Amino acid sequence: MGDKFVGTPKKASVHVNQNEDLIFEKSSPGKKAYRLSELDVPAVDAAALLGDAVRTDLGVMPELSEIEIVRHFTRLSTWNYAIDLGMFPLGSCTMKYNGRVNELVARLEGLAEAHPYQPESLSQGVLEIMQVLSDSLLDITGMDSITLQPAAGAHGEFTGILLVRAYHESKGNPRKKILIPDSAHGTNPATAAVVGYQVQNLKSNAEGMVDLAELEKLVDEDTAALMLTNPSTIGVFESEIHKIADILHAKGALLYMDGANMNALVGKVRPGDFGVDVMHLNLHKTFSTPHGGGGPGSGPVACKKILEPFLPTPVLATKNDGTLTLDYNRPQSVGRVRAWYGNFGMFIRALAYILANGPDGLRQTTEDAVLNANYLRAKLEDVFDLPFKTASMHEVVFSDKLQAKNGVKTGDMGKRLLDYGFHAYTVSFPLIVAGAMMIEPTESESREELDLLIDALRQIAREAEENPELVKTAPHTTRLRRLDETTAARKPILRWKAPAASTPLTPDTAAKEW
Amino acid sequence: MRYLPKSPSDREAMLADIGAKSIDDLFATVPAEYRLTRDLNVPRQHGEQEVIEHFKAFAEKNALGYASFLGAGAYRHYRPVLIDTVVSRGEFLTSYTPYQPEIAQGTLQALFEFQTMICELTGMEISNASMYDGSTGAAEAVMMAVRVTGRNGAVVARTVHPEYREVLTTYAQHQSIPKTEVDYDPATGRVDLAKLDAAITDDTACVLIQSPNFFGTIEDVAAIAEIAHKKGALLIVSIAEAISLGIVKPPVEADIVAMEAQSFGVPVGYGGPYCGVIACKEKFLRQMPGRLAGETKDLDGKRGFVLTLSTREQHIRREKATSNICTNQSLVALMVTVFLTVYGKGLKDLAEQNLAKAHYAAQTIGGSGKVLFGGAPRFNEFVLQGSKTAEAANAALLEKKIVGGLPLERFYPELGPNTSLWCATELTTRAQIDAAAEVLK
Ligand SMILES: Cc1ncc(COP(=O)(O)O)c(C=O)c1O
Repeated sequence: MGDKFVGTPKKASVHVNQNEDLIFEKSSPGKKAYRLSELDVPAVDAAALLGDAVRTDLGVMPELSEIEIVRHFTRLSTWNYAIDLGMFPLGSCTMKYNGRVNELVARLEGLAEAHPYQPESLSQGVLEIMQVLSDSLLDITGMDSITLQPAAGAHGEFTGILLVRAYHESKGNPRKKILIPDSAHGTNPATAAVVGYQVQNLKSNAEGMVDLAELEKLVDEDTAALMLTNPSTIGVFESEIHKIADILHAKGALLYMDGANMNALVGKVRPGDFGVDVMHLNLHKTFSTPHGGGGPGSGPVACKKILEPFLPTPVLATKNDGTLTLDYNRPQSVGRVRAWYGNFGMFIRALAYILANGPDGLRQTTEDAVLNANYLRAKLEDVFDLPFKTASMHEVVFSDKLQAKNGVKTGDMGKRLLDYGFHAYTVSFPLIVAGAMMIEPTESESREELDLLIDALRQIAREAEENPELVKTAPHTTRLRRLDETTAARKPILRWKAPAASTPLTPDTAAKEW
Repeated sequence: MRYLPKSPSDREAMLADIGAKSIDDLFATVPAEYRLTRDLNVPRQHGEQEVIEHFKAFAEKNALGYASFLGAGAYRHYRPVLIDTVVSRGEFLTSYTPYQPEIAQGTLQALFEFQTMICELTGMEISNASMYDGSTGAAEAVMMAVRVTGRNGAVVARTVHPEYREVLTTYAQHQSIPKTEVDYDPATGRVDLAKLDAAITDDTACVLIQSPNFFGTIEDVAAIAEIAHKKGALLIVSIAEAISLGIVKPPVEADIVAMEAQSFGVPVGYGGPYCGVIACKEKFLRQMPGRLAGETKDLDGKRGFVLTLSTREQHIRREKATSNICTNQSLVALMVTVFLTVYGKGLKDLAEQNLAKAHYAAQTIGGSGKVLFGGAPRFNEFVLQGSKTAEAANAALLEKKIVGGLPLERFYPELGPNTSLWCATELTTRAQIDAAAEVLK
């Protein structure tokens, strides 16, 4: 692949990669990959039992044998990059190692096959897992109460802002607006809207942090809360967090913390100690439950005493006899945010992670995460623009300013990283940095792997000077080159159809519903 | 700590490279008064073997070795071994949301296959790549209908899963979406069509039903669709027992299907993670919440897949997005995809076994009392009205290591203390059914 590189990629080389059609294209009538157990009750006539409601045709559902299915999905898997293959420097995503013992314990029969409606007397083990996890997360966050029900970070935000709303309503006025810094993740404003609040934008100061004077100006009796990420999305701790909390509290408003960046704090600093009233955690970030190509996640919400009465039902409680129970009698509750108790399988994995670490391991984890980010910063700040000079915690945000002079953008360099055997960093977020390159190594990377990333990024910076086209047209070594996202959106093809019928959706009918 | 790949000398060398004297220098921006100076109060560090023992001890405190007749939105089905074989591959398990399609084609193609199979099974034209679960999916579908129609109210059948309805209440309240509930016909356990007709107004955005409904009864979707459409409302059909789609006609008359795909190979796992999904008519595409995988081509004209139409989503639209959802249930959708690939057209055979087992169970266990709602077809659940209270019956069953049906009075007070909801799947054996009937006799 010589001519595709200016330097040498130390981490990657090309190898044979198998092609694989869609499963439907591989199907042929009469093949089977299953055999049912013998029916031990009398067979029934479905048409007689169901009448008009009986189904006779299963359309394009595939027919294949077991070996073909194994190969199909195994081949597809080889087209993915993953933590198990190398570093995922995606800022804000905390792509850390996912301990394999977590997968094993999550599949233990008494846990994986526990039915959510089985009697409490036969559910003490699952409830204990929820209890120990809850207690651990409460000490980690320094908060008073918690719900594990939300299914992901954004769902946690929704739950947390519902608590805020219920709290203000209990004081007679739900208030009107939620303040959100311009550096915030998109889920924050989207959440505020779902809970019926207006979003008021809070402009960051020259350091990319909360502008206290601006905050002071904006907070009034209509402000329900500020949704703040700390460390912020530029990876910097809001040192004046206590003043932020004071300004809000003086006007009766609350401080919500988006806990996406807790990997910088666990065991070192507790949000409950610095004035946060309510926050969510991402078990699929900080607590190592696997991302699985986009979920499942889990977004527990922890809060101070004042918000406890409003937690979603049910709430875990201890009975007089010491057994655990689920308490549904919560008259001030915001209601349910999800059926049952949350993504329980993720609770098991997160607790297994906490057990494997213990207090010493969790602290060391945080320190290593911060060490890694600062190491990358020190080794790269001479080749990439660093828009904000404040000390970094667990992630560092550069910009493409120096390379953009040659027409090379952050997205191009992210794509070029794929050629060097890495996933891209987070591109174009946060919005307050033009051409942001947001890098979060996590604690899971060895010095050697970090050095490989540094080497790759330095080579890319050199290529941006010497051969910008090479970067602008990257990737060059992946099984597919850049994909046409514009056509994908203009003429959406969202399902497979047998060849004769395969036409894109007509833009006309789609456009009418904009 | 065994997950941390650094030696003490690595750390020292790195600090030196950074120009920091100690790790504390890197936390200097945290005001001293907020720094934690004690150990966290969490369990001590455990070895791998100890972690396993710990969780085995938890597992043993749960129902182990019990026969179970519980369904009610969480269904025990056989999970082909291939499911865990596939999802345990690190390339699927430990990858992120496919934002870099060139190195995420595995996830993207599988999601495209998932969407195709969901469309095929539900009779809808498009499907998203998953929602958190059936309950939040139903709530999001209602909000979607409000956006599509520009109307406001939701008319909801009382035969929709009670916990789904609770979640909808939570979501709808701050969107000012008034919610009206419609009762069921006591003879059939289906939506009372006359009451439904009366409940729909000019401001009704949608009717939400579930089929098979919470009682296991199959709704007359076509008749309900006609009533809803006549008044300009959309019809949303929620499906909690997805295996039914193998033998029950898909709700093609619906505008939106909001389903829970847990039955397709996902462990009951004490209620999650599961796999919600929304499918609908293509004309509602722009109001669809959640991620969509779409087909496209690369620069060389080769077929590939990308996440598409993201202008609907929070990272582009922020407060104007169709939903705040970001991380969804991708790996669970992959489980579903593998399950559906293994069974394929054979989903019909599997569904037929469920039908047969539940039919036998209703006849046998039903002998101890009365099976309610006989006036309509059922799938794999039935409501039993026993001669004693459901609690008392279940206590007697537990002694024989059988978990009986779900007592219904908690959700439907009018059904009284003696009714319970029973489920039989392909995993339920004749011996278990006979044993339960014997206890209840
Ligand atoms: C800062 C921040 N907030 C919120 C979220 C949303 O979390 P989730 O994807 O779990 O819904 C993310 C992650 O994507 C994030 O990085």
